[in-house]
Amino acid sequence: MEVNQYLEVFIDESKEHLQAINENLLLLEKNPEDLAIVNEIFRSAHTLKGMSATMGYEDLANLTHKMENVLDAIRNHKLHVTADILDVVFASIDDLEAMVQDIAAGGTGKRDVSDIVDKLLKIENGETVNSTAAFAQTEASPSVSPSSTVKYDEFEYTVIQQSKEQGFNCLEVAVELRADCVLKAARVFMVFEVLEKCGEVIKSTPSTEELESEQFDERFVVTLITQEPAEDIESKVKKVSEVERVTVTEFIAQPLKTEEAEREVAAAAAPAPPMPTAIPEKTEKKEEPKQGKQQAVSNKTIRVNIERLDILMNLFEELVIDRGRLEQISGELNNPELNETVERMSRISGDLQTIILNMRMVPVETVFNRFPRMVRQLARDLNKKINLEIIGAETELDRTVIDEIGDPLVHLIRNAIDHGIETPEERKAKGKSEEGTVKLKAYHSGNHVFIEIEDDGAGINKEKVLHKALAKGVVTEEQAASMSDNQIYELILASGFSTADKISDISGRGVGLDVVKTTIESLGGSIGIEAAEGAGSVFLIQLPLTLSIISVMLVEVEKEKYAIPLSSIIETAIVKKEDVLNAHTQQVIDFRGKIVPLVFLERIFEVPKETQEDDFYSIVIVRKGDKMAGLVVDSFIGQQEVVLKSLGNYLSNVFAISGATILGDGQVALIVDCNALIK
Amino acid sequence: MSEITAPSMIKVIAFQLMDKEYAFPVHQVQGIEKLIHITRVPGTVPFIKGVINLRGVVTPIIDLRKRFGLPEKEYDEQTRIIIASSDDIEVGLVVDSANDVLDIPKSIIEPQPDIVGAVEAEYITGVAKLEKRLLILLNLERVFK
Repeated sequence: MEVNQYLEVFIDESKEHLQAINENLLLLEKNPEDLAIVNEIFRSAHTLKGMSATMGYEDLANLTHKMENVLDAIRNHKLHVTADILDVVFASIDDLEAMVQDIAAGGTGKRDVSDIVDKLLKIENGETVNSTAAFAQTEASPSVSPSSTVKYDEFEYTVIQQSKEQGFNCLEVAVELRADCVLKAARVFMVFEVLEKCGEVIKSTPSTEELESEQFDERFVVTLITQEPAEDIESKVKKVSEVERVTVTEFIAQPLKTEEAEREVAAAAAPAPPMPTAIPEKTEKKEEPKQGKQQAVSNKTIRVNIERLDILMNLFEELVIDRGRLEQISGELNNPELNETVERMSRISGDLQTIILNMRMVPVETVFNRFPRMVRQLARDLNKKINLEIIGAETELDRTVIDEIGDPLVHLIRNAIDHGIETPEERKAKGKSEEGTVKLKAYHSGNHVFIEIEDDGAGINKEKVLHKALAKGVVTEEQAASMSDNQIYELILASGFSTADKISDISGRGVGLDVVKTTIESLGGSIGIEAAEGAGSVFLIQLPLTLSIISVMLVEVEKEKYAIPLSSIIETAIVKKEDVLNAHTQQVIDFRGKIVPLVFLERIFEVPKETQEDDFYSIVIVRKGDKMAGLVVDSFIGQQEVVLKSLGNYLSNVFAISGATILGDGQVALIVDCNALIK
Repeated sequence: MSEITAPSMIKVIAFQLMDKEYAFPVHQVQGIEKLIHITRVPGTVPFIKGVINLRGVVTPIIDLRKRFGLPEKEYDEQTRIIIASSDDIEVGLVVDSANDVLDIPKSIIEPQPDIVGAVEAEYITGVAKLEKRLLILLNLERVFK
């Protein structure tokens, strides 16, 4: 009865239904004749309408209702699916999404949708003037039903009408409480609880607010949509104590029948609408297996507020810090019993960590599923034919990464469609099929998730890229001469770069790909490009599974401890001083046949010097893409799992430091940002 | 806390730096800590001493002597870190010692005299003379900059 507690569920489910409608609409566009898909869409739209009407979001219900009318016309062969109709339906979905967003953000879900409603009405009117006329009629006389004392508005009326079509009964349960009943609101609550178990309560007279504040005499009427027989409901409600009398009457939508009949006459092609009283048995069979399935699913998962998971994660982070501390203490004390216990605890908390991290994993689907819509729209805007293939949408990533990865992917896909895929004419001339393909692929590998965006378009013109890079001063002639193909391709990720001859509003502002690169690197990932001119290009994004707990190598520089993320370390080495070569001002080493420049952490970080230098350098070889560097440290401490913490707002943008962590002894160690150290 | 006091009074925390006493509103104080290990953060302005682990939160530390251009002093038993916050920033301030919390009438706060010592005027909102003590009132937002 309290609406707030259902709000979250409502928002979540609305989003799911909208997403389902979106997906099915795209399917429908491909198979315009498949009425099963229309039915699917109809079902989602219908549930959405019912929910929003129950929650009191009338604009939402209203628009869904108008959209439903159009779908209904399609279902009844009165309308044919065309791209124009779908455009309007998609646009109304956008509006619905915006409303749900607004509700989620604490708004009222109100929005001016008259424009889109007009369009929907026009489509509907194009061929079926009658159904709207019939609606005007329902609005004018919403409660002609002789048995009913309850007044229904248009939405509730349609909800009732459609639940009948799906084989549910609409019952009016009139409950009379005993005159000496003390806690009327409590009884009302119990009655509602009973009824909500049996079916869906769509209306109560007086309203729930009035009932809650006990602003009624002894009698109230609840309108329930259920599959259970009236007698069962009656006896169930009677079990609530202090209930004097229960009368359950079936609400028969009398005017509905005439309306349906009228419509039938007007459009003879439409299949005869089933009589409300006749259908229950017929459709019950259809509904039952589905409900059974739903129940099985709902038993296996529960919805958990993401905030709770964040709190759990934070608490666990504290535990990881203490675990580190315990390990250190037991190492110092060297008590076998203590060691054993601590070791056991470490193992268990390790398992716990895996589980908690897994709980925060979200399939990339949540990001991917908005792309089909976007691609369709782009393809229409650009007059290109594009087929989007999504592979591995079930691949899971930490929510923190998921939240960040959406925008870069949008950019890359837009880029692939705008610059990559050619127009159908060009493609034909090149001997390719007219339809271009964009492949979006996600998969796990080791501690990373890879996302590939592949298109079979024009690829990247190396000369053009080089020419532009030189013209814009991104590289010098000398640098360009020694660059590999991939390095040249990666120039398009540099800032101030746009290869499109004309600037479009889809991509090509020249800042986009640079932002993509920065975002991905800030997530601890990397991006690479492979391309073949004329045959297409592949953008490969590598991302860490999680951002909050990382494996690091702890090193010591003089008396300070630094953590180097294991993900960027290739290996460690100890090199004799005389093996260090001088390449002009840069000191380098020959590491397995490669020249690796040395970076002295104590100089970069201006560590106060105390100890004398010895004859060996301890070096951590790190990489960024193909490039490597050797970080010179004083000693290696070892590998450790640490919790990544930010330095806070006050200390932002510290050079070559990506964050901090708290070590076992309670001290703060800084995490080295290897990407910043390799140029 | 300042809300509770009468509008004419202001509650401040007073602390010592060299021979002078400074103060800022007590509602900006999150806590007073004894000296713990400070991890130096390279590449920052000199008055940032580094960061500490404040019960799991990495908190930056400002050495107020350095910030005010006063001669440095070895930290000792009396040295305290006052955790102060302003807007969404939380910073620890290293001071020679934390003295006490005082109510001072707003009426006795005077604008800063022309010569008050080595400290530049921008982060001083005024001075208050209280019996024999002279409190220099600070504007933390400006101190943090």
